[in-house]
Amino acid sequence: MKFPKEYRYIGKATPRKDAVEIVTGKATYIEDLELPRMLHGKVLRSPYPHALIKKIDTSKAEKSRGVRAVLTYKNVPEWKTGTPRHVRVLDRKVRFVGDAVALVAADTEEMAMDALADVEVEYEQLPAVYDVEEAIKPDAPQLYDEFPGNLMPLDAPVFGPQTLSAVVLGDVEKGFAESDFISQGTFSYENIPNPLPLEPPGVIAQWEGSNRLTVWSATQSASWHRYMMLSKMGFPDIRTIGTQCGGSYGSKNYSAQPLFYAAALARVTGRPVKVCFSKEEHFGAFVLRLASRIRGKVGLKKDGTVTAISGEWLVNTGAFSDQAQAQVAVGLGEAQLMLRCSNWDLRAKLVCTNRNASGIVRGFGGQELESALLPILMQAMAAGDIDPVEFFKNNYVKPGDGYYWRDGKWWVSKGKDYSEAIESGAQAFGWTEKWKGWLKPSAVKHTKRIGVGVAVHGNADVGEDVSEAYVRLNPDATVTIHACVAEPGMGQRSSLCKMAAETLRISLDRVSITPPDSLINPFDFGLVGSRGTYAVGSAVISAAEDAKQQLLKMAAPVLKTTPDDLDSEDGMVFIKDKPDTAIPWRAIIGLMHTCTGVGRFEPDYSMPNFLVLFAEVEVDTETGKLDLLKVVTATDVGQIIDPPSLEGQLYGSLGAAGIDTAIFEESVLDTNSGHILNMNLIDYKWRSFAELPRFDNKILETPIETHRFRAVGVGEVSTSPGPAAVLMAASNAVGRRLDGYPLTPDRILKALGKINGDRIK
Amino acid sequence: MADRNEQNKDSIILTVNDVAHEFEIGDHFYQAKPHDTLAKTLRETLGLMGTKVGCDRGACGSCTVLMDGMPVLSCMTLTVECNAKQITTIEGLQDPATGKLDAIQQAFIDHTAFQCGFCTPGIIMASKALLDRNPSPTEEQIKDALSGHYCRCISHYHVVEAILSAAEKR
Repeated sequence: MKFPKEYRYIGKATPRKDAVEIVTGKATYIEDLELPRMLHGKVLRSPYPHALIKKIDTSKAEKSRGVRAVLTYKNVPEWKTGTPRHVRVLDRKVRFVGDAVALVAADTEEMAMDALADVEVEYEQLPAVYDVEEAIKPDAPQLYDEFPGNLMPLDAPVFGPQTLSAVVLGDVEKGFAESDFISQGTFSYENIPNPLPLEPPGVIAQWEGSNRLTVWSATQSASWHRYMMLSKMGFPDIRTIGTQCGGSYGSKNYSAQPLFYAAALARVTGRPVKVCFSKEEHFGAFVLRLASRIRGKVGLKKDGTVTAISGEWLVNTGAFSDQAQAQVAVGLGEAQLMLRCSNWDLRAKLVCTNRNASGIVRGFGGQELESALLPILMQAMAAGDIDPVEFFKNNYVKPGDGYYWRDGKWWVSKGKDYSEAIESGAQAFGWTEKWKGWLKPSAVKHTKRIGVGVAVHGNADVGEDVSEAYVRLNPDATVTIHACVAEPGMGQRSSLCKMAAETLRISLDRVSITPPDSLINPFDFGLVGSRGTYAVGSAVISAAEDAKQQLLKMAAPVLKTTPDDLDSEDGMVFIKDKPDTAIPWRAIIGLMHTCTGVGRFEPDYSMPNFLVLFAEVEVDTETGKLDLLKVVTATDVGQIIDPPSLEGQLYGSLGAAGIDTAIFEESVLDTNSGHILNMNLIDYKWRSFAELPRFDNKILETPIETHRFRAVGVGEVSTSPGPAAVLMAASNAVGRRLDGYPLTPDRILKALGKINGDRIK
Repeated sequence: MADRNEQNKDSIILTVNDVAHEFEIGDHFYQAKPHDTLAKTLRETLGLMGTKVGCDRGACGSCTVLMDGMPVLSCMTLTVECNAKQITTIEGLQDPATGKLDAIQQAFIDHTAFQCGFCTPGIIMASKALLDRNPSPTEEQIKDALSGHYCRCISHYHVVEAILSAAEKR
């Protein structure tokens, strides 16, 4: 098959469609949106991690200036979120510090805040539990009557009746018997970091009558506030409209709690209500990354073949989660992409505890699982003196290999062999020169020791879920894409315009996309995982092709030929052999008509994407400080759509609870009080401009057959390999196996025997 | 649109993007309150929504505006402190007559030096202040000037490129 070498837009940097709005401050985010008669909603929050509300008196708050409504567990609608549905809008029991106790709607935000102070609450405190293994002991405090032992059901059919909750395959005993090295242990990735987009979550809700709800929100996936919330809210007719979204990284796919609060207050007041969380609420009452712990065992042969993997994967959701079962399913699938192995017995347990809830974060289960699993693998690789680069080349899923995906079905990879991408990354990084063997530094200068590490991650989600699109050709030679796609930062709305412009051979400035609004657009699952390029893109491309075919069919009789002999460029349809015989779209479509094509993408889980990340770190053995010196990522995307947008996704490995969860990022939970101690942007550490490592991306473009422009997406996965790569690099630097994320100076100094202090538990 | 000479005793004059506004100070709904932040006044009273409030505690840099040409955190600045000050916001960078973008804004477009864009107005204002006092900064000086700006998407590398290219073109 031959591909055109020269595209007009695909593969070239083009300005984002919303660029002028963004750089002039005109882009409208949720906080910038005001509706007529709009009220502001605020939430009273629990100071205790686990308590019963004995008494709640709102009479004083109701009389407070500007207050229009006060709601408590006694008078909120009977909506429920969580999986399975069990989390009420407000409950008589609070289950984490920051859990919602009462809601106030008032004329201004300040008035609502003032009224919160007037709500009088008496609590009966209950014992709380935070540790995943403590929580499943028989005498542990119980969060929910319906979930004894604090065990959340894993049989919720989030991806159908066989939703993956364990990988059981082959015979692990036989596999271990065949191995040359066995490594086992318990390892954790439990620093519950926060994806922490700059913009906190926010929602505006407005009812028309009792059954029509319109929701404006900062969202990554515009359709979710309709399709995910319908069943949670008793099936009202929900219209959802996405505003410009100030970052999400998974977390703002939807915002069930802010939506519940705004919708409940809007219903009782009959007015639109805005609920935008403060930064403190964003830290303490929105969503964190799942916590992950593995009691596991891995067998390897001398040549690096993985013979068996077994263990128990303990996943701590905090007080609740909507998507933990889905993350467990995808994470277990991703582990199989990372490790080709014939014998598995890896089973998950999902446990709730008394801290802030977990939600969606880039890495979606896989980062959590692999960051805890890799330390076990590293031990085995070290025992066999196996070069990790060679190990990943041999063990990442290859075309023809099978895996159980999230739906519990067996899929066979039709993707590519990513060894070449690993090799190109290794060369760019200088792996061969820097790798001195396990627990050996690449260089030592006085107290400073340099080490290198590497890890991989991939997801078979580029073709997940359904996308639909319409492409409308207008007689003035403009093109309108109807697709329910938000703009949380990936530039995907602009990239879809590029794909349509390229397909229709028309100038990019003549192509636009409708606002992300569920009323005016067909269904799209959203910018979830890395599906934007392949799944959403394919729907838009096929809609554009459909529209073009209709256009050529209409033009054929006018030009006295067949549609096959025609093509269109820049708003003119012409005969291929006689390009001078051309007529404008308006002469074909008619001035008061439009020509609309329809496209749909159906799910396909046979195309894993991939990212390898190399990290070089320097550890000061006197101070324990770990500096990230250099990062190289490598992947193969088939065809780059927009270079800077893709680079942005890969650089994103430094943000959104990614690589820095191995260095300094964590929510510090005080298990005496249940409070998170660092709920602000000073105490919660983040990477600044002053601490940027050298960063290089090696992006191969080996065409794939199944996308019109031969492309697969890769955006979501960039945060995931980083933590394990850093753990490996730091261990090699100091010559000792380091354990525990993040590797803060105290952890490193303790491992080096320089201090003996324990972390506050 | 007040004349500075006729300024009321209990009022302040705030000049934003070359337009002077007089505010009475007090607790009535139509007055600027003593505890109102500059960010709140800009956004809620003057409707200049381009200034973004990320943390509201002076830690993320997103609310950065210029006061007499120097970057300040508008969430940590009280409006009453701004009497007789010249404030420039992101809305004030475009040429008002021609609509032409500032060279920094254009460079941010050309380099796609943003992803979600929420930190962009603050970063552009800080960059503007930097280039006004140091027309050819080094990469290190740019990183230093922006070290208080939180960008979670990680557009840092593109931002540095954009500012270097804007500096060259100015």
